[in-house]
Amino acid sequence: MTLSIEDLEGIARIEKDKRESFTYQINVCVAAGCLSCQSGVLKEAFEKEVSRRGWENWCSVKGVGCLGLCAAGPLISIQPDGTYYRGVGAPDVSEILESLGGAPIPRLDCASSRPFFEQQPKIVLENSGRIDPERIEDYIAEDGYKALYNALRMMRPSEVIEQVLASGLRGRGGAGFPTGVKWTAVAKASNGNKFVVCNADEGDPGAFMDRSILESDPHRVIEGMAVAAYAVGANTGFIYVRAEYPLAVQRVRTAISQARHLGVLGNNVFNSQFSFDINVRLGAGAFVCGEETALIASIEGRGGRPRPRPPFPAEFGLWGQPTLINNVETFANIPPIIRKGGKWFATIGTEKSKGTKVFALAGRVNNTGLIEVPMGTTLREIVFQIGGGIPGDRAFKAVQTGGPSGGCIPEQFLDMAVDYESLASVGSIMGSGGLIVMDDTSCMVDVAHFFMEFCMSESCGKCVPCRVGTSQIYHLLNRITKGEGKLSDLDMLEDLSDLLKNTSLCGLGQTAPNPIMSTLRYFRDEYVAHIEEKRCPAEACKIHEAREAV
Amino acid sequence: MPTEDKRWRLVNRTMRLHGNQPHALIETLHSVQEYFGFLDPDALKYVANSLRVPLSVVYGVATFYSYFTLQPPGEHTCVVCKGTACYISGASGILGSIAKKVGIAPGETTPDGKVSLLTARCLGSCGLAPAVVLDGQVCGKMTPTAVLDRMEVWRNEETSERVPLRGEVDEP
Repeated sequence: MTLSIEDLEGIARIEKDKRESFTYQINVCVAAGCLSCQSGVLKEAFEKEVSRRGWENWCSVKGVGCLGLCAAGPLISIQPDGTYYRGVGAPDVSEILESLGGAPIPRLDCASSRPFFEQQPKIVLENSGRIDPERIEDYIAEDGYKALYNALRMMRPSEVIEQVLASGLRGRGGAGFPTGVKWTAVAKASNGNKFVVCNADEGDPGAFMDRSILESDPHRVIEGMAVAAYAVGANTGFIYVRAEYPLAVQRVRTAISQARHLGVLGNNVFNSQFSFDINVRLGAGAFVCGEETALIASIEGRGGRPRPRPPFPAEFGLWGQPTLINNVETFANIPPIIRKGGKWFATIGTEKSKGTKVFALAGRVNNTGLIEVPMGTTLREIVFQIGGGIPGDRAFKAVQTGGPSGGCIPEQFLDMAVDYESLASVGSIMGSGGLIVMDDTSCMVDVAHFFMEFCMSESCGKCVPCRVGTSQIYHLLNRITKGEGKLSDLDMLEDLSDLLKNTSLCGLGQTAPNPIMSTLRYFRDEYVAHIEEKRCPAEACKIHEAREAV
Repeated sequence: MPTEDKRWRLVNRTMRLHGNQPHALIETLHSVQEYFGFLDPDALKYVANSLRVPLSVVYGVATFYSYFTLQPPGEHTCVVCKGTACYISGASGILGSIAKKVGIAPGETTPDGKVSLLTARCLGSCGLAPAVVLDGQVCGKMTPTAVLDRMEVWRNEETSERVPLRGEVDEP
C-alpha cells in the first residue's frame, strides 16, 4: 500500500497541532553561515535551558534553514512575535527566555534591519527559516508534496507542462531559457530511459543561493524534480552537488532517504503508475561542470569537458538518453507553480521575466546575506534598502552580477529594474544570482584581473580560444595592474574579448570576457590611469611597491 | 586490496554500490580521498583495475578536478576562500602575509609538514567574508594577523602522536 492523500494530510495535521501547542517557538538558524558562527552550540544551549526550566510544553526550540541575514549570525527568530535577534551567543540564552512575552531586547534586536526582512515576498525561500530542513513532516505541514499529488493524480503530463509554460518561468542557472520549452523538448523525445538532473554545481564565486536552498528546504527541490520527471516521463534523477558543500550534501541525502521511506520517492507514488528515484553525485571542484554537457560527462565519471551542441541534452544527454537539466532554484519554483497555477506565478515580475529571483548579496554592503525579490526590483532598492547601504558611508562604485561570466554595473544604472533583458542590455547577465557590491576601495582593473585569473585556471583546455585567450588576457591585465601597460593593450584586450566571445565552444569561454568588456566600457578611465599615470585610483593595485621592487 | 587496511573495504563498498561500473570513478576517488586524505599512485592503480578503467583516464580525472589531491596533506590545513566577496574583503592580503611570514604558497605545505595552505573557489560563506577554514572549521571575518597567529601556534606545538597516512612514510 503506497501513500495516500489522507496519510499526507494526517501527517500535516499532527505536525500543525504540535506546533500550535507551543506558545513560543525559538527558531535557530542552522544553515552553514550561522553554523560557522556557532549556532549549533547556541541551539543546544537553548534546549538545555528550556528543559532546565521545565518549559518544554509551551516553548519549542527548532533548528531552521537560512534566515537570510548571514552577516549578523547566529540569527534566531521568535514566533509568533516575529522578533529577530542577531549575533546571539550562549550567554544571551537566559535573558532571551526571560523576555518572552515582553518587549524585545534592544541590544540584540534586528530592528534596524527591518527593511531586510519585510521587503521580500518569498516564493522559493518561503519555508526557509521556518521549517526544520531535516524533518519531512515539517515540510509536509507547509503543503509539501501536495503539488506532486496534484500532478500525479489530477493532471496529465502535458497539463503539468502547460502550467509551467503559462508561468513563464525561466531557468535560474544563468542563461534564462524558458523552463516549459525545455520540458516540452524532453517530453517529446521518444527513445529510451529519460533522466532528470538537478544542477547544484554552484561554481560561481560569490554565490550561495543553491547551497542555502538545499540546506534550508531540500524536500522542495526533490518535489520539483519528481514533478518534472512525471511531466517528461523520466524514472531516474540525479542531483549533482559540489563536494565543497558538505552540509548541503548531508541534508539532501537525509531528505532523499526520508522521502523514500515515506513513499514519495519509489515505485507507484501515490498509487499511480509513476516511479521515480534520485541519486546524489558529488562534483569535485570544476567550474566548467556547471555547463550542461560538461556536467553530463562528470556524472558519467569522466573529466568535465563540454562538447558542441546540438545535439542538446534534451535529445542526447546522460548515456545518450534524453535528459532534462535544471538548476536548483528552477526546481524549487515548481511546487508552488503546480499548487497555485501558472497564471498566479505569471502575475509576479516583469513582462519577460516572471516570478522572483534569489540573490546572494555580498561585498561592501551592510546586510550581506540571502535575499529574494520579485523580478523588476531596482538595484537601488536591493543595495540601499534591503542591503542597508555601504558600510562606513563610502561611495558606491559598482555592482557585479553573474560572477566570472557577468559584468560590473556602474552607478548610473542603479535605478534599472533587474531582469534578464535589462542586465544583458548593460553588458552583464543574471547569472545564477551572485550580487557583489563594490565601493571606492575596489579597483575595477583588479576585479577584471581577478575574474580572468579564475576563468584562466578553470578553463578545461578543450578549445583553443578559451585555453589560450584567457591566459593572454590575463597577462595583459597583469601588466596593466603592475603599471607596465601600454595604451595599445586596451585595443588588444577588446580584440581578444571579441574573439573569445564568438569562437569559444561553451558558455565559460563565451562569457569570460564580460567582466573585461563591461569594465572597459564604464571604467575606461581607471585603465588609462594605470597605464598613463602609473597609479591606481582606488589604491588597490600595488603599482609603486612593484616598481620599487624592480 | 592493496593493503590490509580496513578503509579499503569502505572504498570497495562505494564501488559495489555503483555496480563496479566505470561511471563510479569520481565517486570512488571521493571515497579514497575521504578515508585516506589524498590519492596516491597505488590507490589510483587499484581503482583503475577494479572499475576496469585505463589508468591514464583515472589519472586524467584525478588531476582534472581541483578537489582531488595527489599530495599527502600537512598535519593542519588552512583553506583561504578566494571567492569574489572574500577577494573584495581582502583575502589576497591574507595570502600575501602568509607567503611573506610563513613562506608557503597555495597548494604547498611547510617543510616541517605541519601546515598545508590551500585555496577554495568559494565556500559559499560570502556573508562572512573573508572566510578561512582552519582545520575544517569555517572562521569568518578573518584578518592576516589572526591567521598567522593560529599558524604560529600550530608550528610550535609538539608533533602529535598519530599514525602516519599510508604512503607518507615511503615518500620524501
